[in-house]
Amino acid sequence: MPILEVEHIKKSFEHTRVLDDISFSLEAGQAVSIIGSSGSGKTTLLRCLNFLERPDCGTIRVNGETIFDADDPATQKESEIRRKRLHFGLVFQSFNLFPQYTALENVMLAKELLAKELPDYKSRKKELHREISQQAKNLLHQMGLSERMSNYPHQLSGGQCQRVAIARALALSPDILCFDEPTSALDPELTGEVLKVIRELADRKTTMIIVTHEMAFARDVASHVIFMDDGKILEQGDPNEVFEHPKEERTKQFLSRFHQE
Amino acid sequence: MELILEQMPIVIHSLNVGFLQTLKLFFVTLIGAFPLGLIIAFGSMSRFRPLRYFSRILVWVVRGTPLMIQLLIIYYFPGLVLGNPIWGSGETGRFLAASVSFILNYACYFSEIYRGGILSIPVGQNEAGLVLGMTKRQIFFKVTLLQMIKRIVPPMSNEIITLVKDTSLARIIALQEIIWAGQSFLKGSQGIAGAIWPLFFTAVYYLICNGILTVLLGRLEKKLNYFR
Repeated sequence: MPILEVEHIKKSFEHTRVLDDISFSLEAGQAVSIIGSSGSGKTTLLRCLNFLERPDCGTIRVNGETIFDADDPATQKESEIRRKRLHFGLVFQSFNLFPQYTALENVMLAKELLAKELPDYKSRKKELHREISQQAKNLLHQMGLSERMSNYPHQLSGGQCQRVAIARALALSPDILCFDEPTSALDPELTGEVLKVIRELADRKTTMIIVTHEMAFARDVASHVIFMDDGKILEQGDPNEVFEHPKEERTKQFLSRFHQE
Repeated sequence: MELILEQMPIVIHSLNVGFLQTLKLFFVTLIGAFPLGLIIAFGSMSRFRPLRYFSRILVWVVRGTPLMIQLLIIYYFPGLVLGNPIWGSGETGRFLAASVSFILNYACYFSEIYRGGILSIPVGQNEAGLVLGMTKRQIFFKVTLLQMIKRIVPPMSNEIITLVKDTSLARIIALQEIIWAGQSFLKGSQGIAGAIWPLFFTAVYYLICNGILTVLLGRLEKKLNYFR
């Protein structure tokens, strides 16, 4: 059974159709990259998965459970959306770290708040805090940021900030981790260090959806590529197949610049 | 000159008593207006239309009319029109009426400062909180609030310093604050009459008080400089 099944998602803003009948599925441990020109709906798709936008039509299933159905208001209760969001993690293009917290605190904050909702929180307070802190340190270590844990975001480079943001998303152990152009706000020198940690995550079989303009990366890291154009999935499949032998004219045109380089 | 030195202890004592009342009104206003302003700010950003209109009209009326009129109306209206002088005639009643007027007035000004502060925080902060499974309340208290405070310290400092001086308006309903105390020696009080110099002294009280506030608020601003 696929870990994620997206069916017939449609979304319009005012009178502009941004997503037009999007369907795809994802197996656990798989990384899928979504490519396409700006304005093709890639970011909106990720935002729909994370309940930052509400699709007009369609369903989203995680592990067989329907977590969103546009026709069924029962799946759209505000109170449950918060819990459902936790199936997904999202790494933003602009990091969105909390500036008043250190790197470590950024990674720990959400998990600490969730722990407070546990019935036995009061009696296990110290133990939970230690666990969460240890996990956060491990994650930052994994991101190569052991020396930077007590720095504030403004003291970090863009690449370091984005790696903290990745650790922050991982701290909640999402089923599916989404990346929204994670390197687009970085200069070329810093892009590499972020791509490297995402690659490591792929090696560890982290289930991921990666929206990116880094074509070589999209091809190498993913086991599946989706090409979006004008709100539609125009083509999808094995990365080598899509990149080397695109079927659609529009895909060829989009990839031609990449192949020239 | 000798006369002034002789009168000095009497005047200083009166001014101290008056200034204590000024300070009381100042702090009571801050304690009331800080939270009430936040409530009005949320009201004027609410998606619930009647609440939003109510809050915005309130802010419009309160900011659009002089504080002095508000003081007079709030103090005299219940007794003269409703036949129910809720404030009584003593100093305590005048202080209560003045407090209510000042809190309402300053809460409206504060609410706009809060609103500006909240709107200036990038939406990405809110979205990051949502994606991490935080509730709206948690996002406000754990993420937004401190960033908002950092941004509003300079405009708030302005309002707070204005408030110190605005308390003198309570003189209009005969609240015995420092201007009232200083002015009494013009008319004649405790054997001193026709003396204008006590009024100059009142100005010194205001200056010193605002000097201290400026330093404290500057420190707060610096303290919040640890993040950007």
